[in-house]
Amino acid sequence: MRKHIILVLAGILSFVLAACGGQAQQAPTTAPAQPATTAPEQPTAAPAPAPTAAPAATSAPAGGTSAQPAAGGVIERILSRGRLICGVNNNPLPGFASVDSAGVYRGFDIDFCRAVAAALFDDPTKIDFRPLSAQERFTALQSGEIDVLIRNSTWTLGRDGALGLDWAPTTFYDGQGMMVRKDSGIETLEDMNGATICVQTGTTTELNLADQFRARGLTFTPVVFPDGDSTRAAYDAGQCDGFTTDKSGLVSSLTLLSNPADHKILEVTMSKEPLGPAVRQGDPQWFDAVRWIVFATFQAEEYGITSQNLDQFLNSDVPEIRRFLGLEGELGAGIGLPNDFAVRIIRHVGNYAEIYNRNLGPDTPFNLPRGLNSLYTNGGLLYSPPFR
Amino acid sequence: MAVGSPSIPPGKVNIPFYRDTRIIAVIVQIVFALLVAVGIWYLYSNMMNGLRQANLLPTFSFLSVPAGFPIAESVIEYNPSMTYGWAFVVGILNTVRVAVIGIILATLLGLILGIARLSDNWLLRNVALVYVEIVRNIPLLLQLIFWFSLTRLFPRIQESIDIGGLIFLHNRGVTMAWPQAGNDFDTWMQWVYGGIVVGGIFYVVRRIQFIRRDRPGVALPYAFLIALGIAFLGFLVTYLMNGVWPVSLSVPVLQRFNFEGGITVTNSFAALLIGLVIYTAVFIGEIVRSGILAVSKGQREAARALGLTPGQTMRLVILPQALRVIVPPLTSQYLNLTKNSSLAIAIAYPDLFYVANTINNQTGQAIPVILMLMASYLSVSLLTSLFMNWYNRRIQLVER
Repeated sequence: MRKHIILVLAGILSFVLAACGGQAQQAPTTAPAQPATTAPEQPTAAPAPAPTAAPAATSAPAGGTSAQPAAGGVIERILSRGRLICGVNNNPLPGFASVDSAGVYRGFDIDFCRAVAAALFDDPTKIDFRPLSAQERFTALQSGEIDVLIRNSTWTLGRDGALGLDWAPTTFYDGQGMMVRKDSGIETLEDMNGATICVQTGTTTELNLADQFRARGLTFTPVVFPDGDSTRAAYDAGQCDGFTTDKSGLVSSLTLLSNPADHKILEVTMSKEPLGPAVRQGDPQWFDAVRWIVFATFQAEEYGITSQNLDQFLNSDVPEIRRFLGLEGELGAGIGLPNDFAVRIIRHVGNYAEIYNRNLGPDTPFNLPRGLNSLYTNGGLLYSPPFR
Repeated sequence: MAVGSPSIPPGKVNIPFYRDTRIIAVIVQIVFALLVAVGIWYLYSNMMNGLRQANLLPTFSFLSVPAGFPIAESVIEYNPSMTYGWAFVVGILNTVRVAVIGIILATLLGLILGIARLSDNWLLRNVALVYVEIVRNIPLLLQLIFWFSLTRLFPRIQESIDIGGLIFLHNRGVTMAWPQAGNDFDTWMQWVYGGIVVGGIFYVVRRIQFIRRDRPGVALPYAFLIALGIAFLGFLVTYLMNGVWPVSLSVPVLQRFNFEGGITVTNSFAALLIGLVIYTAVFIGEIVRSGILAVSKGQREAARALGLTPGQTMRLVILPQALRVIVPPLTSQYLNLTKNSSLAIAIAYPDLFYVANTINNQTGQAIPVILMLMASYLSVSLLTSLFMNWYNRRIQLVER
């Protein structure tokens, strides 16, 4: 028995000694080998140390920058996984994110998930949707459970800074509104002194509500639920006098109430709510990719390129359109995307106007006017930096 | 070396250290502890690395920042301009409130249930059986949501069910008339304190007398009666002196949106309390039943032979002995109830878990918030079991 123990201990000891000695000797040879295993896709850059890699990769102007983050980058992870994981709203928010009768996700936010998948895979179906409540969403993103969060999340300084997130361009400019019953006689926020108000927890809405009422010297009782579904149900049952969320959300929720005609949305906007995709801080390339995927939908609308007339534009002689569609230049490579990522987005999902009209436009029950969400050329706020 | 060996006495053989099991045992433990420490250090540095990359380094500085979010119910003063730290305290107190009331009610209901299951009455016994079997086989979360949805069936606040003008039932909870302190409340409170002191003195004196005579006796109820009598006397005296009752009944009056005056128990709190009590009482009932069954049958027969009524038998003979069996498992049920209250988030009651979640969501400080959350639940649980263990030791002493 003891002999065994001694043998085992001796074995361990010799192993440790060998490992220590071996490491010291082999150090110079193992060090260069490591990058080769972690970055197999850049065989030319691998043997050389990182600083010399950038000038070595002369073929692609952005080769040096893309080689560094790609090693453990989000894009590489998504590509090797074969699917994008997109965090979306967990409660039915028709027009933005909801599941139709056939079990397919539909909505404005969903289409932007599809745009990202289309740009990466040339296939908008390669997505796993991860339904998240307002409380879960940022933790899910921080912990890397999802690749991108497209869940009408408001871009604020606090979240951008303290939460360790980065916001891609705003896809929907919104403002907070208030819904009340028509028979309540409420016309302004001042009429709501002492009212009970349903609001979803973990939202900017919750904070704005408190700020607005405090600033006006009004009191209210909050009734707070972790998900939008129960919040709306409580309001519908008359457990609250008012229901507050982003105006787009109110319009969408109105269609789900048991008797929509009994309710109205007050003519008051309590805040700015820029909604857009968010990614985790720490991978600038992935952030850039998501950012330019959104810009591509703006730019396509500006050029008038739709999923219908895309093929005509592919024969275009106009240099800037040729660059935009990836027919010339290597614009995509710099952000870790294929050069024709804009073509993929437009073919599968369409430009911004198509996405908007399909989900929120005149032919839908919501019929939301474009308003601020028009191109800058039409007096709106949508503006894409140049694709060059 | 072989020459020197005979001089070593037998039994004091020099064993090389690597063959000495005592030393090996120590070495193995040191190696294991080192491995654990290295493992923890690796996980910790890995976490810190990830957090640093995400610009999320843990810090507790957020605790002094204004929270900005409202909390519907609070035992202490709270508004959104107060700090995250204070909001956290509000959450703790909300959890403690539902836990304490829940534990008291669940114990009473469980006791009744446990005794009913052993009753000679066929109907009572089987009603209790059906109740136990139904309730313990349905998940608690489902029950909480059931009770909460049930409150939706009540009318809107403007059309509340009026019970005698004092109690109003509506879909936001129950509003009741409630005593309210008047101007002379402080004067009367002096009488109350006086009553408590006199009652206390009476109790101590009586106990000393009983001990001196070495005879059992009852002192507590009389002490209570004396204290109550003095308080009541003071109540009348303050009224006669000023013509105003020191405590009056505040009757709720419906305002535009809510009731003014009285006290309102929100539907969230009520649903959580009812759900927790009904669910936990089942398990407590089974514990009580097992405790009663553990008392030897001879005790009951002996008590009957002495001429005690069934009620007296239960109260004076069976239950005191059953308590020894009941208390240890009862402690876990109390802890379960406290921990289960974290399901409140589903029905909009702002308990500790809910508040901590909101703080985490707003500040992004997941690690400090989770640590605080764990520390809070841990200390509440440890305090509960500390108290129960003390009580357990006390009743075991009585046994002799």
